[in-house]
Parts: sequence; C-alpha cells; structure tokens
Amino acid sequence: MGALRDCQVDARQTEDGTPLPPRASSIIELLFPFFFQKREKKSRGEKMLVVRKKMLGQSLLIRPAVSVLRSYSSSAKQMTVRDALNSALDEEMSADQKVFLMGEEVGEYQGAYKISKGLLEKYGPERVLDTPITEAGFAGIAVGAAYHGLKPVVEFMTFNFSMQAIDHIINSAAKSNYMSAGQMSVPIVFRGPNGAAAGVGAQHSQCYAAWYASCPGLKVLTPYSSEDARGLLKAAIRDPDPVVFLENELLYGESFSVSDEVLDSSFCLPIGKAKIERVGRDVTITAFSKMVGHALKAAEILEKDGIDAEVINLRSIRPLDRSTINASVRKTNRLITVEEGFPQHGVGAEICASVVEESFAYLDAPVERIAGADVPMPYAANLERLAVPQVEDIVRAAKRACYRSVPLAAAA
Amino acid sequence: MALSYLRSSSSRSANLLRPLSSAASLRRPISTDTTPITIETSVPFTSHQCEAPSRSVETNPSELLTFFRDMALMRRMEIAADSLYKAKLIRGFCHLYDGQEAVAVGMEAAITKKDCIITAYRDHCTFVGRGGTLLEVFAELMGRQAGCSKGKGGSMHFYKKDSNFYGGHGIVGAQVPLGCGLAFAQKYSKDESVTFALYGDGAANQGQLFEALNISALWDLPAILVCENNHYGMGTAEWRAAKSPAYYKRGDYVPGLKVDGMDALAVKQACKFAKEHALKNGPIILEMDTYRYHGHSMSDPGSTYRTRDEISGVRQERDPIERVRKLVLSHDLATEKELKDIEKEVRKEVDNAIAQAKESPMPEPSELFSNVYAKGLGAESFGADRKEVRATLA
Repeated sequence: MGALRDCQVDARQTEDGTPLPPRASSIIELLFPFFFQKREKKSRGEKMLVVRKKMLGQSLLIRPAVSVLRSYSSSAKQMTVRDALNSALDEEMSADQKVFLMGEEVGEYQGAYKISKGLLEKYGPERVLDTPITEAGFAGIAVGAAYHGLKPVVEFMTFNFSMQAIDHIINSAAKSNYMSAGQMSVPIVFRGPNGAAAGVGAQHSQCYAAWYASCPGLKVLTPYSSEDARGLLKAAIRDPDPVVFLENELLYGESFSVSDEVLDSSFCLPIGKAKIERVGRDVTITAFSKMVGHALKAAEILEKDGIDAEVINLRSIRPLDRSTINASVRKTNRLITVEEGFPQHGVGAEICASVVEESFAYLDAPVERIAGADVPMPYAANLERLAVPQVEDIVRAAKRACYRSVPLAAAA
Repeated sequence: MALSYLRSSSSRSANLLRPLSSAASLRRPISTDTTPITIETSVPFTSHQCEAPSRSVETNPSELLTFFRDMALMRRMEIAADSLYKAKLIRGFCHLYDGQEAVAVGMEAAITKKDCIITAYRDHCTFVGRGGTLLEVFAELMGRQAGCSKGKGGSMHFYKKDSNFYGGHGIVGAQVPLGCGLAFAQKYSKDESVTFALYGDGAANQGQLFEALNISALWDLPAILVCENNHYGMGTAEWRAAKSPAYYKRGDYVPGLKVDGMDALAVKQACKFAKEHALKNGPIILEMDTYRYHGHSMSDPGSTYRTRDEISGVRQERDPIERVRKLVLSHDLATEKELKDIEKEVRKEVDNAIAQAKESPMPEPSELFSNVYAKGLGAESFGADRKEVRATLA
C-alpha cells in the first residue's frame, strides 16, 4: 500500500528481453492470471453486478454487453470509466482543500458527460465552478490560481476547445517552471474528452495527444480502463506539474473490472509507465485510450492465426515509456503503433523513431503505423468508419509485419 | 538598498534607518520624517461607474524621498541596460520602462507584499519595486547564474514569488487572466489581499482580457486591472488600435479610474482606492496615463511613429522624477545637493551591480535540463543530438 501511495513502480519489465508476466494489480490477478489477460473481453462478459457508489448514495446496474459468462471472486468489482473519474475527483477534492474543479457545465449541469456528477452538491460553488464559454479566460485564470498555490482541475468540454486556451496551457503553464528556474511550478490538470466521438464531425473529433506531448514541461496522460482513469487522474492531480489528461467520450460508459486496491482512496498509478495489457511473443502493438480496446480485439483475432501479439497500453504519452516499448520490441522484433489521431507527426511517428534509434538491430520488419486517416473527420457514418482505425486495420498491419499478409489455413 | 527595506504596509509607518554599515556610499541618512503632508495630484481623477477618490494625497517627507530615490534607481538601471544592450551584453528582447517609474513606485506605496502583481514583459522596474535586487536584474539580463531566473528566463521573465511578483510574461494580454487567477486564489484562501494585473494600451484590446474581466466580475474577484497607457502599442498609436481609447471605461459595468501615471502620488492614491474597492466590490480598472521615453524595445528607435518633440515635451513637462524633485525642493525636504548626491549614489549602486553581474558565470550546461518539471520522475530528455546528449530529469 505504501508503494501505491508513492506511485512507485518496480523496475522495468522485460529489460533483458525475456518475457515477464504483467505486473499484477491485485491478489486475484496473481492467483488467477489467465482471467485477466484479455481485459477488454472480460469486461463484457460479466454477470449482472451491482456496484454501490458511496459518494452518490445510489447503485449502478451494469449490464453485460456480450453473453460470455465468467465467474469471479466476489472481490472483483465493475466500474465504468465515468465513475472511475468521478470517484477520483471526489477523493482528491476531499483529501486536499486546494483542489478545485472549473469548466463549462461542471457544476449545476453535473458535467456535460456527467463526470463531475454530485461534486457541486458535495463541495459547494466555491470549489466546483461553472464558467462562461470562454476557454482562454478561464484557462488563464486557472493557471494564475495554480501560480498562487491552488490545484485547479480544468475541464474542457472537449479538447477541441482547448485550442482556444492553448497559449495558456503551453506558454503560461508548461514553460513557467523552466523560465523561472523553479520558482513557479504549476500544479494544474487540464482534462476532458479527446479524439473522435461518434458522428460529431471535423471540428469536434481531433486527437491532441501528439500536439501536447511534443511540449517539454507538460505531462500528457491517456487512460484506457477504469483502473487507468482512477490511478492516472489521482496521480495527475497530485503532480506538481501541468498535466494534460486526455479522456475519451466513447470510453466513459465502458465497464472494467477493478480490484479493491484500485478502489482504495490512496490508489495512484505512476506517471510515465506503460502497461503491458497482453503479453505476447510475435509482435508488439502499442496503443492508447480507446485504441487499446481495438488492439486487444485484434490480438484475439491474430491468436487464431498463430500470431501472439503483445499489447502495450501506453497510459502516458509524455513522458513516453520508451524502455517498456523498446524492451517489448527487442523481444518480439516487430512493432505496430496504433493511434486515433492524424498520422503525420503523430505519437506513432515518435515511437517508431525511438525504436529505430534504440533497437534497430532487433527489428525484423519495418515499423507499421495505424492512425486516423489524414483527412478532417467526415460526418457520414461510412466515411467516418474509414477515417478511424478499425480492428481489421490493426490485424492486417500485424500480419504484414509478420510477413503473413495471406491468412493461414485453419490451424490444426 | 533603500527599496528592499522601505517596503512597509503603510507609507506612514516608521521606517527604519538604513543600518550604517550598509550605508557606506551614503553621506547622510535618508530623512525618516513621517510628518504627514498633503499634496494635490497634478490633475483630478476621472472616474467611470464609481466616485473618484480625492486628489489630496497624504504623504510624508520620508515617502517622497523614497519615491525620488527609487525612481532615480529605476531610471539609472534602465539607462544602464540600454548601454549594456548596445554593448551586446544583453541579447534578444529588452523592453525599457524609463518614464513609467511612477507607476511601479506609487503602486508599491499603496500595497503590501501579500498583494500580488503580475505584468507583461516591461518588467524590470516592477520587479525591483517588489524587492528584486539590481544584481538579479543585470545578471538575468546578461544570462548569468546570479539572475533572478538563473539566466534561464531573460528580460521578459523576471519572477519573485516570495514577494508575490508573478512575472514577467511575453505573450501580450496573457497576464491579465493569469492575474485574475491570482485574485481567485487570494479570494479562495480568504487572505484579504488583492492582485494588480498590469497591461498596456496594446493589450487592452485582447479578447482574453474581457473574458477574464467578465469572470472576475461574476465571481467578485479582488482583481485590479491596471492599463499602463503609454499611448503606443509597439509602433501603433492608441487611436489606430482602439476604437475607444478610454481604457478606464472599457470595463462597461466594471468601474474605472483614469490616473496621471507620471504622478507617483496620484498612482498611490488610485491604488489605495482600488484595493479598498476590490476587496469589497470586485474588479476595477485603473488607467495610468504614462509615457515611455524609449521605443517599444531596444530594436525600436521609438521615433518613427512619434516626434522627438513629443518625447522631449513629456520629459520637460511630466517627468515623474522631476515632479518629485520639485515637490521635495518646494517643501524644503532636502536640498538640491542632497538630491544630486542621491542620484550619484544610485548611479554608483547600479555600476557596482553591473560589475558584480559581469562576474557571475553563465549557467552550467547541465542547467539546460533543469526545471523542465517540478517533479521529473526520471523522464528522459534529449539534446540536439540525442545520441550525444541525454539527461534524466530529476
């Protein structure tokens, strides 16, 4: 528990290239590891469970999306990403008076996506502030508050609107500690949904991971599961530096299993460490946010064709966990990077460069990049589907990297 | 040095005599006379949506002499910076404040170090007013370790957090929402202090200023927006940039006051008034009618968009230091010689600081990678050739 509070993590995995099991996050995982490897599928196969949410005093019913049933120990609970974020905000606001939340509709509306539900009632209008629709103004005000010692959590209704405030994120927040030689640290979190939703068109669908992650002085986090959401948001709020916390609207309603450890109010994940969601031997697939789910699905399909994929959930785009990525590539010798955003100068480009620089001799195939299409996001459903990476795209790229572009005959 | 210890919460409280050991260059101690004197400001205040304060300002000999000394120091410092820039010891941008000293000095006389100040890039004198030393100024300008930002910031990025001076900002207008954020934090912490967010007539048209003002008014933040109107936004005169150059009125529902920014006593009175107002009623705008003798920066001669007659006219009629000199002499608070001695002493102080700053080394190469984060988490950072230069951030 002490390790959790300090957000430490053990030494890197697979440093010498030998596969190590993924780090167990609960005793259940340790005892029943095979249940926990394909996280995405597991979360859809739950029996009906009722999760009591302490802070809101109401129960949440979670229905299984798919009928594959598995039985679990009674200590494995289900939690949506939405609830994970809400509970993380609640706990951090409770633990530290200096933490406050600011954004459009975060208070009386309960949050545009209900992430801040119940917080206004609990903490009052001095700590949960509804702002006018003036991103440049309120982001600047939040950074100023952080200068003077408070810990703001700024919600952008989507990160597309953060562009109106980007000067404050970069020039007022990210660079201040450096320019002042350490006098002005800025303990602020900018959070909100990032990337494509469904049918929202070009101006509401951009992924900003690459833009923000290129800037020294920022930390950029991209949670996938509920565990990620809780642990990384808590870490972000506790961190003394400006953190850009990129959520995903389509993940808010998704349920994931969470251990008691994750539910504890001291739970925290380290910033800058990726998670190996699925151990594999033949090809490494890196992904973040929603694409982790796609990558895991792709891995299942690949398995049927005899390709054992290792899926890395990046969790942190800046700092980027180059050592985990490189160690994995040194093991598998093949790499697919997956991201939702525009391909040029994207996260995959950086990962590819890093691997070429550090592990060139280990590559048996060119690095493959799967990314959003190099076009503004179209509205029509069929075009939108073509503009966002699909599971088949990841599978196809993995096969290319394994020189198996023709599907194998059915395995014996 | 006078500035660092004569900052008391009220101009009328007894100021300590400078200890003789550090008064080596001063032949006589500065007057510590705090007998109140009442002096009229040069012009009455013009107000918008509020009742203007009286133009009779309470001061005392000690304060007036402090004004004189502090402004003379700031003036000398800026002129010296001009020479250093021309000698190529200062690089990049250098925006000088000479002519505007009364704003920095008058403001400090009305407030405490618990109140916050934030300004743009013309920040050398504001920094000194908050207690920054000449060494820190010159060393920073020359990019040396003894600089207030250890050489990593430069002219536009002076900070002194322990005196609640928050910089030092290069992006025009950004400091205004930041300043309203400081006020937000002050209100949140309930510490009965206010923030002065300074900006120029050029920045006065920025949208984010109005966004921040709207929020400040909605939330009753103790924010005082101070427009240092020197009538030129770089090379563009105010009438070419603003449809309405009545900056003190631009807050609409937010009250405003127009002040002669070349009169330190008027500035003091206005800031005192504004502080009381902000603590009770939320934001207020102060427009300081001031003037800069230099161009926008050292790259700008300052005479292509205004006439030399205009510049020398202001210097003759409205110079802030001359104004205080006349007051001091007419009220018999010091002799001409004493004032000249102060100026000589100040000049020497500046020269000494420059000499000391020149001795300070440039930052170590490893400082390239320091302070990127407050908590580096062992992340990697890279130099231009990443195979050659890498660092682990602490």
